[in-house]
Amino acid sequence: MVDRRDFLKLAALGATAGMATGTQAAPQPDPVETTARIVIIGAGAAGTALANRLVRRLDGAQITLIDPRRDHLYQPGLSLVATGLKPAGYVVSKTTDWLPDGVDLIPDRVAAVDPEAKTVATEGGEVLDYDWLVVAPGLVLDHDAIEGFSLDLVGRDGIGALYAGPDYAAKTWEAAGRFTEEGGVGIFTRPATEMKCAGAPLKHTFLIDDIAKRHGAAREVVYAAPQGSLFGVPIVAEKVRMLFEDRGIDTMMQSTLVAVEPGAKRATFRTETGLEERDYDYLHVIPPQRAPDFVVQSGLAWADKWVDQGWAEVDMHNLRHLRYPEIFALGDVAGVPKGKTAASVKWQVPVVEDHLVAAIEGKEGTGYYDGYTSCPLITRVGRAMLVEFDYHNNLTPSFPGVIAPLEELWISWLMKEVALKATYNAMLRGRA
Amino acid sequence: MKDMTFSTLIAVFEEIFGRGLFWAMVAVAAVVTLAYLYVLIRDRAVSWRKFLLAQLSMPVGAVAAVIFVQAVTHSGFEDIGGPIDVIVLLAVAVVGAIGMAILVYTAQSLLTGRRSAE
Repeated sequence: MVDRRDFLKLAALGATAGMATGTQAAPQPDPVETTARIVIIGAGAAGTALANRLVRRLDGAQITLIDPRRDHLYQPGLSLVATGLKPAGYVVSKTTDWLPDGVDLIPDRVAAVDPEAKTVATEGGEVLDYDWLVVAPGLVLDHDAIEGFSLDLVGRDGIGALYAGPDYAAKTWEAAGRFTEEGGVGIFTRPATEMKCAGAPLKHTFLIDDIAKRHGAAREVVYAAPQGSLFGVPIVAEKVRMLFEDRGIDTMMQSTLVAVEPGAKRATFRTETGLEERDYDYLHVIPPQRAPDFVVQSGLAWADKWVDQGWAEVDMHNLRHLRYPEIFALGDVAGVPKGKTAASVKWQVPVVEDHLVAAIEGKEGTGYYDGYTSCPLITRVGRAMLVEFDYHNNLTPSFPGVIAPLEELWISWLMKEVALKATYNAMLRGRA
Repeated sequence: MKDMTFSTLIAVFEEIFGRGLFWAMVAVAAVVTLAYLYVLIRDRAVSWRKFLLAQLSMPVGAVAAVIFVQAVTHSGFEDIGGPIDVIVLLAVAVVGAIGMAILVYTAQSLLTGRRSAE
């Protein structure tokens, strides 16, 4: 038997297990009554998250999404699929699973936007009038820009291309997995254009090198990039340089992949001094990336910036089109200096929601996006650096003093592996 | 992280485990906790013998929790990179230990009934 004090101690122990915090969620403002017709081009991360938030903020609005894809892709997971850590199905769900009741989905591709007449035409011939338009179709991977390359090569002859989707990411692991066992020369590229998640080429390099090291494979790992630095944020670039030196990873800077000869396993790079050929045993291809054609053809793109890429001309702080105030752009297609990532989307969506709802009410929105994005930069299986930054190349750690941004930590890996997809899904539902 | 509220946290946990499994786990945790409180109140005392066994099971729970987390996240002890990682590891172990102790104590009490508690 124990005395009363021990009994209380034990009871307290039990209470701890069932304890829950009592914090209340911030109250939602009353829905705004409106008959506005809102068209959202794209039901990816940005379009879906915005639709879920708008149905809660607006009463009576007619919200229509246009997206031809039946599958929703959790793109941050592709790096894990391409290294054999997750199956292809890990990133795939149904587009319709995430959409709220009361919105329409047109499963078609957009052919053109007429911003003067305020209409959107689909390839199927449907024409929709809008009062407000949100352009969030994502981007296009321009695989044809690399001579000799086509997607049916992925997984064979030592070629990987993880950006191309879940099946290609799985095939990428077939090729990369062989390299991690047999070794040889591995070349990891990135394009000269703006791209989705600029950390992903680095993650793939670090992960494949780490797995090959665990297998004891003799290898030469080369990171080839058209840019002059390893990462857009100087302090992170310097840290990556140190890590590359530590891991024995070589670099080929100012080198753009322009051609592949799969039979000969030879890649051609354009460098400052001309063309340079390199033999490889494994080549990871990330093609140039551009806005969908309709963005440029409809006159929504910047005329003097990224002219070969066609990103939408928007205010970098509120994502509103600079010439057509009833148009917003979100996610990859937005012509802003940084961040084609899901983390950017998570921060952009509430800002667009704020400005859109305020505009419907005839007011000015106050939301302000300062370029926040984040990248759990995986440096090996089991460790990552939680890098967060903004337009100004400042680090903006969410957990200062607890999770150091430039330390390789297990907790940052745990976040990527366990919590990131969950947070992403909660974002899709408009709950995070 | 933007707008980290309690409801965000719940939403994230629902997504990690799936809504059904998450609330099932919450329910199981609640039932075990209630059962634990029930036997404490029913017996109006803590049995040292049962508490001893519960304590002995704590290291098992701690190790099991750590191995479970490492297994599902493809990681190991060599990935500990800084102080926060040690804290997370210890937190996982502590949660495992306490959970196991409560479970073992409650299970013993419920299985053996009140009399043998003396």
